[in-house]
Amino acid sequence: MGTVSPGFHPRRERADEKLPPGQYLVTDFPVLSAGPTPRVNTGSWELRITTETGQVHSWDWAAFRALPSEDITVDIHCVTKWSKLHTGWQGVSLDTLLDGVETSAGFALARSYGGYTTNLPLPDLRDGQAWIAYEFEGSPLAAEHGGPARLLVPHLYFWKSAKWVSGIDLRANDEPGFWESLGYHNYGDPWREQRYWGD
Amino acid sequence: MARTAVLGRLTWQVGTVTALREESSTARTIVVGLPRWPGHLAGQHVDVRLTAEDGYSAQRSYSIASAPANGNLELTVQRLPDGEVSSYLAGDLEVGYPLELRGPIGGWFVWEPDIQAPVMLVAGGSGVVPLMAMIRTREAAGNKAPFRLVYSVRSPDTELYKDELAERQRRGDGVDVTYVYTRTTPPGWPVPPGRINAEVLASAGWPADRHPAVFVCGPTPFVEAVANLLVNAGHSPGAVKTERFGPTGGKS
Repeated sequence: MGTVSPGFHPRRERADEKLPPGQYLVTDFPVLSAGPTPRVNTGSWELRITTETGQVHSWDWAAFRALPSEDITVDIHCVTKWSKLHTGWQGVSLDTLLDGVETSAGFALARSYGGYTTNLPLPDLRDGQAWIAYEFEGSPLAAEHGGPARLLVPHLYFWKSAKWVSGIDLRANDEPGFWESLGYHNYGDPWREQRYWGD
Repeated sequence: MARTAVLGRLTWQVGTVTALREESSTARTIVVGLPRWPGHLAGQHVDVRLTAEDGYSAQRSYSIASAPANGNLELTVQRLPDGEVSSYLAGDLEVGYPLELRGPIGGWFVWEPDIQAPVMLVAGGSGVVPLMAMIRTREAAGNKAPFRLVYSVRSPDTELYKDELAERQRRGDGVDVTYVYTRTTPPGWPVPPGRINAEVLASAGWPADRHPAVFVCGPTPFVEAVANLLVNAGHSPGAVKTERFGPTGGKS
């Protein structure tokens, strides 16, 4: 337990037991981005999965939206401390996108329009743990929240859920992404409070 | 010093509040003495952890307001309605109390004084805090890069660092400040209240062809609007660094 703060009397409901350590509950949807919001047109949008041997699998918006999609209800946890419960999304499972992609890669680097990147182990994108999401609570995903489509990997801190996703490189070696190079944890498990390097 | 400050493991440390300064009716600055503080980069933040007697704890992030210094730092905290942590920091906390924090955190929204390019700072409300750290760091380092701050506030009584910014203007220290009042202006102000727009940014900021380093900090809708205006005015998206906070996001 940390040092007691004299005169600190908590105000929040203690129903936060379901939250990872150090998180608090919000009901709005805060936005965190490192720069201006890119405007990405679905007319020129493309998603590319590139394997470690250079094989490219790509979808334009129409082909992507023709894939089977899922209703997803998940809790999300931002490294800046807020958590939001039972958020509703519509998206395509990475299992669907990776079906037929031949790879023995151990890692993935997600890329975004605007230049953002984030890395994660490839197994974290499989087995119903990750999606490319294009709707939030029944509406097209707003640009400031990553629209037209973002990665959704809710079991990791939310910076891993790359907004404006444009591609995923499958890699034999791990390569730190944008925040991972700037002091944030390489893996980012909220339940182990892996916020920063060394956590 | 500061560059390596982000590299190590960020352990929690307990500092002592050495001074408190009221900055406005709803914000105050907390000066914290920290025996093991390595210094920081202008624009970085810390995580603060409060712990109640029964062990319950709450964490929030706060931008550092001061220039890097060994052994102490300053935070300016805006009291938010229903802000569990901010109402303690901006209300109950007293000089001599312990304060637990870790940092410095963040390696993107930072300005380093070895850079000579013009700097454009755009603040919405308490978003001025990390930008003030940049202004103070510039002076502490003897950097002469021309700075322009465009500072949007609701009304004169919510301005932070009012006297210090006025004094810098008087001295002509190379930091130009333009205020934009969104609800109430000071008496005799030449323009009615309004939001930052393309004209204000063009006249009070730097044109894109000067290739300024741009830092925008404030509430999400403010940052979204300003960043879009800057990109439309020709600033490279990669040169516009932003930090957003929602009513409950990040900075409560």
